[in-house]
Amino acid sequence: MTDITAQTAPRARWLTRERIIKWAPLLVLIVLVLLFPFFEWLEDFRESKEHLYLADSRFFSIRNAARIAIASTPALMVAIGVTFIIIMGSIDLSMEGTVSVCAVIFAFAFIGWGGTLTSWAWLAIPLALLVGAVLGFINGLVHVRLKIPSFMASLAMGFVGTGFALLLTGGDRIRVEDDLFRSLLTVRWFNFPIMCYVALAMLLIAWFIQSRTTLGRNFYAVGGGEELAHASGLNVSRVRIMGFTLAGIFFAMGALLAVGRIGIAETATGNNFMFISITAVVVGGTALWGGIGGVWNTLVGVLIVNVINNGMVVIGLPSYVQDGVLGLLVIAAVVLSTDRKTVSFVK
Amino acid sequence: MYELRQVDKHFPGVHALKAVDFKVNRHEIVGLVGENGAGKSTLMKVIYGAYQPDGGDITIDGTVVRFQNPRQAMNHGIGMVFQEQSLILNLTVMENIFLGYEQQFVKFGVIDWKAMAQAAKRQLAKVKLDIDPATTTSDLSFAQRQLVELAKVLTLEERIDGDLVILLDEPTSVLAKEEVELLFGLVRDLTKRASFIFVSHRMDEVLELSDRIYVMKDGAVVDVVAHDEAEVDAIQHKMVGREVDKEYYREQKQKPYDAGTVLVGFDKVSCGRRYSDISFDLHPGEVLCLVGTEGSGREAILRTIFGLDSPTAGTVTIKGEPVTRFAAQGGVSRGVGYIPRERKIEGIVAGMNVYENMTLSQMGNYSSGGVLKVGEEKSLARAWIERLGIKTPDVYKDCGGLSGGNQQKVVLAKWRSGGADIMLLDHPTRGLDIGAKEDVYEMIREMSDAGVGIILVADTLEEAIGLSHTILVIKDGAFQKRFDGTPGAKPTLYDLVHHMI
Repeated sequence: MTDITAQTAPRARWLTRERIIKWAPLLVLIVLVLLFPFFEWLEDFRESKEHLYLADSRFFSIRNAARIAIASTPALMVAIGVTFIIIMGSIDLSMEGTVSVCAVIFAFAFIGWGGTLTSWAWLAIPLALLVGAVLGFINGLVHVRLKIPSFMASLAMGFVGTGFALLLTGGDRIRVEDDLFRSLLTVRWFNFPIMCYVALAMLLIAWFIQSRTTLGRNFYAVGGGEELAHASGLNVSRVRIMGFTLAGIFFAMGALLAVGRIGIAETATGNNFMFISITAVVVGGTALWGGIGGVWNTLVGVLIVNVINNGMVVIGLPSYVQDGVLGLLVIAAVVLSTDRKTVSFVK
Repeated sequence: MYELRQVDKHFPGVHALKAVDFKVNRHEIVGLVGENGAGKSTLMKVIYGAYQPDGGDITIDGTVVRFQNPRQAMNHGIGMVFQEQSLILNLTVMENIFLGYEQQFVKFGVIDWKAMAQAAKRQLAKVKLDIDPATTTSDLSFAQRQLVELAKVLTLEERIDGDLVILLDEPTSVLAKEEVELLFGLVRDLTKRASFIFVSHRMDEVLELSDRIYVMKDGAVVDVVAHDEAEVDAIQHKMVGREVDKEYYREQKQKPYDAGTVLVGFDKVSCGRRYSDISFDLHPGEVLCLVGTEGSGREAILRTIFGLDSPTAGTVTIKGEPVTRFAAQGGVSRGVGYIPRERKIEGIVAGMNVYENMTLSQMGNYSSGGVLKVGEEKSLARAWIERLGIKTPDVYKDCGGLSGGNQQKVVLAKWRSGGADIMLLDHPTRGLDIGAKEDVYEMIREMSDAGVGIILVADTLEEAIGLSHTILVIKDGAFQKRFDGTPGAKPTLYDLVHHMI
């Protein structure tokens, strides 16, 4: 069998455009990781201090790697959620509202039911995930049943969420001070706090969903060719609603880790997640028109974004420069991943 | 006046125009007829500058010209009225008429709408259309839009010196009978101002309107007839006259079908304006071919069987069960497989690999509790790669990177492996090279041996005749005639064309 196919198939070139695009984000990440220590070395070299490249770097150290990892985990959860949606060719902008609502409801329930994981308060965790799922489900329902474009439906739902979170808290911050829950951040295994391992586990689950379940396959089918998916007997509406529900669960997971990281739940918990997560997904190489990419791309994207943020702090650039650099990065990523010869007009 | 001499055009694998001579005289209406794929549209694209010929000359009044794009052709007085109306519906009529040429009305950077409206009014008067130029185009009827389009092309008259040549591509396809008459009267009137090239698949209309008729076949002009000598029969013979190779369509492998069982039954089924009162039965092992021109309702019938379109009247039965709910999921679960015309859009998902595409319609069979059994998917894909000789390095290859013929095989494998025993094939060989076409013919025979009922919309008439047990001719959504296609007693091309147009 292999004989027939092997002899007639055209030999694949090793360095194809596809392959370059596929691995470019990882390459960028590696370059960035080596670039920031170089700036540090350059500075010390100018001042004629002794500095061994990498070994004496403040950036290139386990301690800093843990710092980047901690900053990345909540964003990674949110970005994974939105990855599924973008693979479907839609977009979900409700993450800030959803994260805030989940964080606030989690904190209220957690404190109300005992305030420590050893009591019934642990139920606040599944509750938060359920709330995320419900919000995502409503989001999907609004998008599919009312036929509102996903970006508008989810943006509106996000605002509703932010408003609802503010209504619940009245603007207050809720402190979650249970030591066991805070051990997400405080207890470290091999220099990295537990929350990083939780995030890793969720990443593996997301990978499983993406590659081994019918739902994951359906995301790619809908994103790659909605008409065709429909003509193959797929229930596209159902796939979309389930996608938004799944994204909601991951947003809730992001909310839990965000609360675990700073110990506070408030309306502002969700702030900045929209820009960071969408930037990460795009920079990681998932195509905005759907069908291409995946959760590993998103991991690389989240790390790129956080490495840049962290690295610029280490070498002492002001924060407004950081935002500008991230904005440029998004444009560069989209430019690199789009074959502009085939796209004549962009709306 | 306007003349093509020995014009050639090649595409990869196709010799689309073969030494075509074509001439338009002043104040003349020239008709252009030919089967689908005879080269009419290529020739038109060369004329209005969308394609550049590989060989030969284009001359206007004896001077050789060369157009890089349609705009240059327009500057030489060649205008095109498109079949799929090219007006922008959310703009007003006058904006459409002067689209791209607004500069003449601009004063100090601002458009003088009054001047534009007046100018538009003058253009509309040429086509005898009395409407407010500030009307939004989407508010007009199809016939009115067609006239606006014509008015738009006629602005060339003021813009350039010299004569106009205007191409009309199937201008009557969306018009009612009276509207056609109106348009023809107008075109005859306008021959004072311009020459016309009239392309249509409605033979009677071409005969009625044209002074001379060019007949094309296989990329060449096979005849030029004057209005007075034109005869429908003779022209139809010239359009299709060709010997059919029995070997090519695997006619020797055509076996009688099982007439006792009915897979798909259509009983006086209608679907809005697409088709009406269609009845037929499809039996196991039968290849039933729907023949008709573009837009005659063939595709709509396929879509109804698959469940994408709901009929407005009549009953559809699949395997003895009347169909009540029309949805694609239902079609798939009843064992219907659909191979649509646009392979890239509706056939395979580019970006997904071979085995993912094959199991797309039957993921339920390859998963339990929502978790996929990837191992089984891959062995399925390997088995079908071998069975159909799909040329792919491995099962992980992105289907978007396969050749057209191999993509088609993947789609076939998708439905066949899922147990589909009713196959709807819409132009399954379109865009394939000869070898790949023969593979598809081979597969069709193999499926019919296995008792699959096939409804085919063929790419050419020869294909339809060569492959089918039964041929239904459809014209403008209405059933015309049924032909029996037993080997040795197959209808001729001429028999079919006669009922088609």
